[in-house]
Amino acid sequence: MNEKQVKLPNEHDKDVLLNIKDLKKYFPITAGFFKKTVGHIRAVDDISLYVKRGETVGLVGESGCGKTTLGKCIVRLQQPTAGALEYRFGEKFSDMLQLSKKEKFAAHRKIQMVFQDPYSSLNPVKNIFTAFDEPMRVHGMKNPEERKEKIAHLLESVNLPADYMYRYPHEFSGGQRQRICIARALCVDPELVVCDEPVSALDVSIQAQVLNLMKDLQDKLNLTYVFIAHDLSVVEYMSDRIAVMYLGKIMEIAKSKSLYYDARHPYTEALLSAIPIPRIEEKKGRIILEGDVPSPANPPKGCRFHTRCRKCIDICTKEEPKFLPTKDDPEHFVACHLAETVDPSELES
Amino acid sequence: MSEQLNENILTLKGLKVQFRVGRRLVKAVNGVDLNVRRGKTLGLVGESGCGKSVTAHAIMRLLPKAGFIPEGEVTYYSNEGTVDILKHNPKGKTLRDLRGRQISMIFQDPLASLNPVYRIGDQIVENIRQHNRVPKEAAMKRTVEMLKQLSIPQAEKRVLDYPHQFSGGMKQRVMIAMGLINDPELLIADEPTTALDVTIQAQILELMQDLQKKLGFTIIIITHNMGIVADMADDIAVMYMGKIVEFGSKREIFLNPAHPYTKALLKSVPVLGSGSNSRLEPIRGNTPDPSEMPEGCTFAPRCDFAMDICKTDPPNFDVGGGHMSRCWLCKGGNGQ
Repeated sequence: MNEKQVKLPNEHDKDVLLNIKDLKKYFPITAGFFKKTVGHIRAVDDISLYVKRGETVGLVGESGCGKTTLGKCIVRLQQPTAGALEYRFGEKFSDMLQLSKKEKFAAHRKIQMVFQDPYSSLNPVKNIFTAFDEPMRVHGMKNPEERKEKIAHLLESVNLPADYMYRYPHEFSGGQRQRICIARALCVDPELVVCDEPVSALDVSIQAQVLNLMKDLQDKLNLTYVFIAHDLSVVEYMSDRIAVMYLGKIMEIAKSKSLYYDARHPYTEALLSAIPIPRIEEKKGRIILEGDVPSPANPPKGCRFHTRCRKCIDICTKEEPKFLPTKDDPEHFVACHLAETVDPSELES
Repeated sequence: MSEQLNENILTLKGLKVQFRVGRRLVKAVNGVDLNVRRGKTLGLVGESGCGKSVTAHAIMRLLPKAGFIPEGEVTYYSNEGTVDILKHNPKGKTLRDLRGRQISMIFQDPLASLNPVYRIGDQIVENIRQHNRVPKEAAMKRTVEMLKQLSIPQAEKRVLDYPHQFSGGMKQRVMIAMGLINDPELLIADEPTTALDVTIQAQILELMQDLQKKLGFTIIIITHNMGIVADMADDIAVMYMGKIVEFGSKREIFLNPAHPYTKALLKSVPVLGSGSNSRLEPIRGNTPDPSEMPEGCTFAPRCDFAMDICKTDPPNFDVGGGHMSRCWLCKGGNGQ
């Protein structure tokens, strides 16, 4: 075997929990009386990503880049148009999109989601107990005493008194509600939690409480997170690896440290420099991106970022760059013609 | 004084704003003293509900019906004379003349601040003609020039477009153009970039700084983002529960914060590049209900340094060099 060959994660890696392969989600654009399909919004366009057990993978990007759609595809609130979502069930590694109805139901228990807006994701006419009780009953916890005990325990684990379970959502503040939503996601013992902007609706002083709580729970319960947010500093604080998305594609994935100090994609560089840093000592020069994000219904030809890229060269307008690992770090993937990546032929299939 | 004009463009003294909500009285702004230096940028930071927007609306006298100003003083020093803003009728001629010409405001949500049924150009032209006797054509020409300055491509064509044809960032540029069209001396920007993406936010902030250099107006920028004030502001006022708890130059606030709230606020946000190793230090508890304000220092229930004396309201202590802090810990003057 060639020494230079770079190994991509596959089903034989014991610690890979979720492997997303060439996932696509297109939303049809309809027009006219007969709702004829006239085009597609390519919300998620050919994304491959793996998530290891116990790690946090951050997804960042501007609004409309498809990060929430990708999250929803992972929990299967959206049915992907094409691609595979391979998940490790015990010893077996199987595509969740090909499961039988019964297996799908069991799979839902393993993957849960925390939503962005804690005000609209709790039913105002149900108290906390009912909100927690239903999913547990549905997923086969028959003993009511046991369920109640578990709810009390869950509330305590998110630093709320157990007797709050008989209260209604309006009695809680935003931070408390988000903690309740996190506890609710955990009530069926999931392995993977997809967190969609869990702190962006919260005040700055409350954000830190929720972020720290999520980290503690991860350590305690050995959870795996897919953490979606637009705020790169929050994502960096939470994640082991960060994927930067732009117009439905992942532009770059790297360990959070190397992404900040060693960004390879011009979009990542611009995104990093656009974030206002609450310190006044070291100020880097700001890279200002021209213009707006193009429409995902009609993404630019070639590299999707070339219309706003300051390093754009001829090839960028014609050929779409491949998403490949960099030469010095096999875990650092980038999709850019200018980045030094390994040759596709060196990849082990 | 060597200069003719006052060094400050706007001063607030003991400003209070209250709202009648049913039988309750909500004290949104509770005695704000503030000096805004001419030609500089003042950053007003605080969490939601701390009264920063209400303060701005009170300066413009744009409070909703339920709101009233029981006491306080807002003085505006312009090159046309001094105006005591609170003495005038909010709907009267003096203030209508002031608003939009001398002091203008950019609101948080550009979508809600533009009228969807009028063309962009007409909305800006109306602004010009409200304050100046100029023919429509001249006003339109000026509008196009202004939009060009804000780097809106094809400005001649875009003035004929309706708001829904603009993207969020473009709409906010139109709002800035509208705010600056009458060459105001003071621009109040209320969370101007909160509804925008980070890359667009960077564009807008850069633009505001460039225009300020060119036209020399004063900015009050209201935000909850410490990063934005670190970029934009010369002076920073930190607000908590209707009071300014700390005021100072940007350097002082970031390098030598004196109030425990400012310190906690700086420690509770993740900083890009510091990674996940250093743990955030959250502020305990929640912001209290503004209708049931704690007695004494309003931050005391959440403060790590709370003492017995905190039950009485701390006055403003000078920490040195115009750096003020409302905390008993700063009594000695060195801000521990």
